[in-house]
Amino acid sequence: MLEIKGVYKTFNPGTINEKKALNGIDLTLNDGDFVTVIGGNGAGKSTLLNMVTGVYPVDCGSIKIDGIDITNLPEYKRAKYFGRVFQDPMTGTAADMQIDENLALAARRGKMRTLRNGVSKKEREEFKELLKKLDLGLENRLTSKVGLLSGGQRQAITLLMATMQNPKLLLLDEHTAALDPQTAAKVLSLTDELISAGNITTLMITHNMKDAIRLGNRLIMMYDGKIIYDISGEDKKNLHVSDLLELFAKASNGEFANDRMMLA
Amino acid sequence: MLSFLQSLPSPIAQGMIWGIMAIGVYITYKVLDVADLTVDGTLATGGAVLVVLTTAGVNIYIAMIVAFLAGCLAGFVTGLLHTRFGIPAILAGILTQLALYSLNLRIMSARANVPINWRMYDLIVSSRTDVLPKTILICAIFIVAIIGILYWFFGTELGHSVRATGCNQAMARANGINTDSRKIIGLIISNGIVALSGGLLAQFSGAADVNMGRGAIVIGLAAVIISEVVFGKIFKNFALRLLGVVFGGIIYYIVISIVLKLGLNANDLKLLSACVVALFLGLPYWKSKLSHKKAKKEKKGEKVNA
Repeated sequence: MLEIKGVYKTFNPGTINEKKALNGIDLTLNDGDFVTVIGGNGAGKSTLLNMVTGVYPVDCGSIKIDGIDITNLPEYKRAKYFGRVFQDPMTGTAADMQIDENLALAARRGKMRTLRNGVSKKEREEFKELLKKLDLGLENRLTSKVGLLSGGQRQAITLLMATMQNPKLLLLDEHTAALDPQTAAKVLSLTDELISAGNITTLMITHNMKDAIRLGNRLIMMYDGKIIYDISGEDKKNLHVSDLLELFAKASNGEFANDRMMLA
Repeated sequence: MLSFLQSLPSPIAQGMIWGIMAIGVYITYKVLDVADLTVDGTLATGGAVLVVLTTAGVNIYIAMIVAFLAGCLAGFVTGLLHTRFGIPAILAGILTQLALYSLNLRIMSARANVPINWRMYDLIVSSRTDVLPKTILICAIFIVAIIGILYWFFGTELGHSVRATGCNQAMARANGINTDSRKIIGLIISNGIVALSGGLLAQFSGAADVNMGRGAIVIGLAAVIISEVVFGKIFKNFALRLLGVVFGGIIYYIVISIVLKLGLNANDLKLLSACVVALFLGLPYWKSKLSHKKAKKEKKGEKVNA
């Protein structure tokens, strides 16, 4: 369903800040795949997601989704294929707008926005049901500004927004990294629920290797803008954190000791 | 005191007209989160178009509509410069404003000031004492209508997408919103309203002047800030906030008329306005700095997680 072929990306080419972020990425995702992505800082994980969603253009290579070439489509036009949750809980929602208005914005992703009412009565009822499932008491705060909510609540709403139209691909960029451990666990289990309920193809970046092993059916490891390890099925289930650390040490010639990966 | 009260209707009417302008500023500055300096030029454009058309015999209401559309066009140009030329919004606005200065002179056939006489034309507002009540009523109707339309618009799907663009562009794009087109829409609406108020202002003061819009953005910001300070806690609803902005404009003009009565030189007004706006724009910044310091002290060196 997602087909990435020979994608390269260099930031600030020709300057002292030149950074080869992606170094020839080939990746094919099958329908229903739940892929976890790990790798150190600067490995290109976020850049990979940003290339897929069109935040920056690629230098070369192609990106297809369900056979449709989206390589040169502007970000807002390809948004209809994706649901996205970002690391920063502030990024996924509009703080000055109400909970129902935020959800309604996501419900119209990929559709014409007309002069009809921004949130219909029927939608409000549907949103209430959706929010009830979160079990955060938000179903009674439909008209509260999202900016008044906690980071975990905002991330939970962003997750709802990202999955509400059953996107072709769900992209999660360390979406629990900014939350406290308890909230992170809750948001993560909600993520797992929503993904399996909708059988949504997912690409999830995480720094937590245990989560990367426990969740999903496939795991890829990135280093220096390349995918250096791709494992799925039974092999993935039998992985241990120590295996991943060893692999990573091999790839990075021992650099990993300084890396944030160790902390996860 | 009595003479002051008797003189009130004039600053009230003037404040209402500038309040309409301030609604336009509110849309760019608060909803879209863009400081749009086009308005200094657009206000004069609205006045120029209205006076030239009316003196040429065009119906006053049609002239008002054309003035509005001329403003929309100016906003569209700023929007294009910002989104298609990649020019920062402030600079894009300054460029359009500069270009409008020449265009406004063209519209007025190279005259810097074109008078319009209430005796010869059916003006809908005027500063003459005998029609001031009617002027205030007409301004009130305009204000209610504009706020009503804007309230409806920003509640629609399209209006929501404009608000989302102003609030969080990354989120807007992730939800399939073309943020460039939404910025252009916001700038068009804002400048249309500003030109409309320019049309009213030209009638009120009996002339269109190529310099009538100088510092308009500052007066608009002053109205927005006054409304936030005075009504921020009680006016939460969007329509009420817009109304608060109009009240802000009225308060501004009442204060100005008091200051003038106290003997301040009219030439110093712009200096005063600039100082007041700078002060109020600075307040929230200083406040946050102060509370930051406090928080640091309370934590007593404890590391704050970012």
